[in-house]
Amino acid sequence: MAYSNDVIDHYENPRNVGTLDKADQNVGTGLVGAPACGDVMRLQIRVNDDGVIEDARFKTYGCGSAIASSSLVTEWVKGRTLSEAMDIKNIEIAEHLALPPVKIHCSVLAEDAIRAAIADYKQKKEAK
Amino acid sequence: MKLPIYMDNHATTACDPRVVEAMLPYLTEHFGNAASRNHSFGWTAEQAVDKARAQIAALIGASAREIVFTSGATESDNAALKGVAEFYASRGKHIITQATEHKAVIDSARALERQGYEITWLPLDTEGLVKPEDVAAAIRPDTILVSVMHGNNEIGTVQPIAEIGAVCKARKVLFHTDAVQTAGKLPIDVEAMGVDLLSLSAHKMYGPKGIGALYVRRKQPRVRVAPLIHGGGHERGMRSGTLPVHQIVGFGAAAALAMEEMEAETARLIGLRERLRERLVAEIPECHLNGSLECRLPGNLNMSFAFVEGESLLMDLKDVAVSSGSACTSASLEPSYVLRALGVEDELAHSSIRFGIGRFNTQEEIDFVAERVIKAVSRLRALSPLWEMHQEGIDLKSVQWTAH
Repeated sequence: MAYSNDVIDHYENPRNVGTLDKADQNVGTGLVGAPACGDVMRLQIRVNDDGVIEDARFKTYGCGSAIASSSLVTEWVKGRTLSEAMDIKNIEIAEHLALPPVKIHCSVLAEDAIRAAIADYKQKKEAK
Repeated sequence: MKLPIYMDNHATTACDPRVVEAMLPYLTEHFGNAASRNHSFGWTAEQAVDKARAQIAALIGASAREIVFTSGATESDNAALKGVAEFYASRGKHIITQATEHKAVIDSARALERQGYEITWLPLDTEGLVKPEDVAAAIRPDTILVSVMHGNNEIGTVQPIAEIGAVCKARKVLFHTDAVQTAGKLPIDVEAMGVDLLSLSAHKMYGPKGIGALYVRRKQPRVRVAPLIHGGGHERGMRSGTLPVHQIVGFGAAAALAMEEMEAETARLIGLRERLRERLVAEIPECHLNGSLECRLPGNLNMSFAFVEGESLLMDLKDVAVSSGSACTSASLEPSYVLRALGVEDELAHSSIRFGIGRFNTQEEIDFVAERVIKAVSRLRALSPLWEMHQEGIDLKSVQWTAH
């Protein structure tokens, strides 16, 4: 499959790979997808007291465009407030990476990962 | 060593330069139509076709008159299933085959099913092997054909053709085998194996694309096949159309070379494949062999590298041409139907890579590919949340995944 240079760049030099402490009260973790479907993304965000995402990390099992979509999203969410991060739409990810039509679901999964990470963070705060 | 490295020899092979050399005169000075009976141009072409026919027949222990040229193995498979089904319809409408066949067999069987034929799909073990006793159990009074491939193109499993042939002979049912992956690589004898119809393709054995053959038994029993393509009555009426003499000459030359070099080449290929397999198994934890180690094509290696997705692995191996059973490399987004038929979990099917080692691969290339695969798997596992969870001792099956 012919990928755009952006996909290849993110695939070859993925940004913000890693793991944040899941137990940390300021960390939200989103784990989306399924191994049987061929892609699983884990996106983690660290949120400061002003409600701004100050750090993000990912790990992804999946094809090149799944890795690229999640890598891109870690760059995009950093420095945004939670509500700004909620505004990121899969279509922007797909357009930025010029994903081919069969790979659009990778960008959908990346959007889901943001929402899942934010939901996890909020749930922790409410439970407290 | 030249990059990229081609290691996808089940998909196609490079034409051997010796084959090309044999073909060239038949594109220029010897361009005649083999069906022209009244001048020397036609005779020269016919002689060349006769020689190639004998070379191909020799490769499978047949006689030259039993070889019908086709456009390739897809046509041969179609002709065998549909041709037999049509000709023997009055005898019965039941056909037996199995789920890891090439799509040319599977889809021909499905097409016949829509026309009122009944298909039995044989059970398989986890290595993809058919049991001859299952064939015996599936045969009914109205069974007209059994079709089981010789060597599988994805997982390399080699079926017990002679045993299945014996079952079919005893029950007087016609037996077709798709020998595209084994011809020129493993010994084939249609007499000893009890095969009535056999599909061949030139471009999988270092010959040109666009030419194949169907072996159709002439004696004990005389097998009849209704033609798919009607016209000038070429190929004893079974396949009309002007013979592509240059391609046939190339096919014949490829068959002769393969036969001559088979013994040494098979040993060399098994050596290279085992070198690759042993290196990967030693250096990569959680990698699994798909198919059978004993009953396997010499040049085939199919492995799943757990917690890494196949397409991303192929992307990392950009100087190496191999293929994957991952859904992401197929237009349908479904993982390999062959691996599924063996009961391989979808996770592992997504993680599978097929290495097709061939005549022009060297030990240096094998070592380079092994090195690249080891590096790529380790890089991608560092990116994989599944690998991290596995390392932490989390059972991935216990996780509630959100299927999408």
